[in-house]
Amino acid sequence: MMTAKEKEVIQAIEEQELFTFAQYDPEAAERTGYSDYSYWRSTIRVFLRNKTAVFLLILMTSLVAFTFIQPYLPGQKDPIKIHIDPNTGLQLRNHPPDKEFWFGTNSIGQDLWARLWSGTRTSLLIAIIVGIWEIVFGTFVGAIWGYVRPLEAFLTEAYNVISNIPTTIILMLIAYILRPSFQTMIIAMCATGWLGMARFVRNQIVIIRDREYNLASRCLGTPTGRIIVKNLLPYLVSVMVMRVALSIPGTIGWEVFLTYIGLGLPLNIPSLGNLLNEGRRVMMAPALRYQLFFPAVVLSVITVSFYVLGNAFADASDPRNHF
Amino acid sequence: MLKYSLRRLLHSLVTLFMVLTLVFLLMRLLPVEGYYGERADKLTPAQKEAILRKMGLLDPWYVQLRNFYLQLLRGDLGVSVIYRANVPVKEILAAKIPYSVAFGLGALVLSLVAGLAMGIHMAQNKGLFWDKFWTWYVVFINAVPGAVYLLFIQLYGTSITGLPMLFDRYNVRSWILPLVSMSLSGIAANAMWLRRFMVDELNKDYIRLARAKGMSSRAIMVKHVLRNAFVPLANYLPASILFTISGSIYVESLYSIPGMGGLLVTAISRQDNPLVQALVLIYSSLGILGLFLGDVLMAILDPRIRLEKQGGAR
Repeated sequence: MMTAKEKEVIQAIEEQELFTFAQYDPEAAERTGYSDYSYWRSTIRVFLRNKTAVFLLILMTSLVAFTFIQPYLPGQKDPIKIHIDPNTGLQLRNHPPDKEFWFGTNSIGQDLWARLWSGTRTSLLIAIIVGIWEIVFGTFVGAIWGYVRPLEAFLTEAYNVISNIPTTIILMLIAYILRPSFQTMIIAMCATGWLGMARFVRNQIVIIRDREYNLASRCLGTPTGRIIVKNLLPYLVSVMVMRVALSIPGTIGWEVFLTYIGLGLPLNIPSLGNLLNEGRRVMMAPALRYQLFFPAVVLSVITVSFYVLGNAFADASDPRNHF
Repeated sequence: MLKYSLRRLLHSLVTLFMVLTLVFLLMRLLPVEGYYGERADKLTPAQKEAILRKMGLLDPWYVQLRNFYLQLLRGDLGVSVIYRANVPVKEILAAKIPYSVAFGLGALVLSLVAGLAMGIHMAQNKGLFWDKFWTWYVVFINAVPGAVYLLFIQLYGTSITGLPMLFDRYNVRSWILPLVSMSLSGIAANAMWLRRFMVDELNKDYIRLARAKGMSSRAIMVKHVLRNAFVPLANYLPASILFTISGSIYVESLYSIPGMGGLLVTAISRQDNPLVQALVLIYSSLGILGLFLGDVLMAILDPRIRLEKQGGAR
């Protein structure tokens, strides 16, 4: 409440003394609050500084591209066709690498070069499908787990239960229940793959959910779904990319494992696991070791590349490394 | 501390109960033909039914589940039905566990000694040649599936050094390759984590102070960095000791070691339900117990850590 006297005083002061217009200076306005920092540009710049990662990225991209265009190149053979030796009329078994069969043939006369690329295609396809599932489902569960408090106890308990059953047991049980096939392989790995991602996303969200801007959004009545999608997830894009890059070697490893214990894909679908197993069967004969050697090299190059790229991207996407 | 431990133990029992129930229910989904073994074609329908009845598989699932838990509460793990018919599961496990523990502990010691040495070496040479060199080792072991390099180790390890290819418990030389193979991933993990924790520690302010007051690099490494970096590593130690019991599926099958890893694969593939349940019980309890002991060990090593207020996903 203003007293009458105060009113008088204020009225006495001239308007000009209370308010003065500031001079607008366009240059001064530009001088502050401007930075050419761009998150993605900095990420790319830091990434490109890592020579090994760039080399592996180029190698990886060409290898993956080659894997997918290989069947359309001229002179390629069918990966499951059994070749017949024209002289004897029998299967062309264990034919060493030469001009006709670049990587030789396997123990029933199939072209190893064609099988290798077809197998890489299969394994990569499985790994990518499982990776995408991991992002979509893992993030979904992780976001709800971290943000929706009534569900937190339930999801934590569910996570504890599932993560306490060894992955090998879950994979094997699912493979037996559904019978080994391409779909089974994917379902089995999807059933276990999302766990790590969900936990990771959940921990990140718990860290940032109570920052002021989220508090502000909540006070203003923004729906939960919108807060998750608009405020929280953009922070996690880079770590999600990294997780997928790292999950690909993991999925390929599980595929090899399932094949090793006899629960892999049927033999008429080449995969890296199947090829490695075929090579293992003949490895005691030194002349036939090429059948183990070629798949092992391709498998190693792919898994190591994805692993290194994932880690390099993780380093590059961390804003603390941007300056 | 005691109150916390008790509460956590109780919670672990609930988790264990749910794990066992979930696996139990999953196992009831397995195809019925699996239970007949190799004679499936020759059996008459009546014989098949008799087999299923004998295993108790024709009862409703809740009756089966109740019988299973009643048996378990009496401390009875049941009798193997297919793998070695009518032999108690305990007897089968008792024959297998010593091998897995012997190999597991040997590999653990090897991976601790070599892994910690490697990690310290990497941290001391951070950014230099040896750091990069060992990093490539870590990357390779972490990325490439075990089947690939373990096969090559067996193949060339035996042909170059003349070591035996198959395991023979009375021949000490036949222990070398499996032990080395089993410790490779542990070495990589220990080296990677120790390096990371040590580098984190080296960047802290108190290290700068120690340097400024004239402490020697060696003393800083041993007294400050290593000691602090070892605390988070100790968190994983009990779990890895306990997990030696579970064995390594690849190494055991490559060298024909009669351990637990191979048993799991056989038990599931032959659908020997009591055996699988017993294995799941062992593996899950080991996992839960390992996490708990890890936290306790960490609290003992580092007085700053308090266990009472802790929640969230473990």
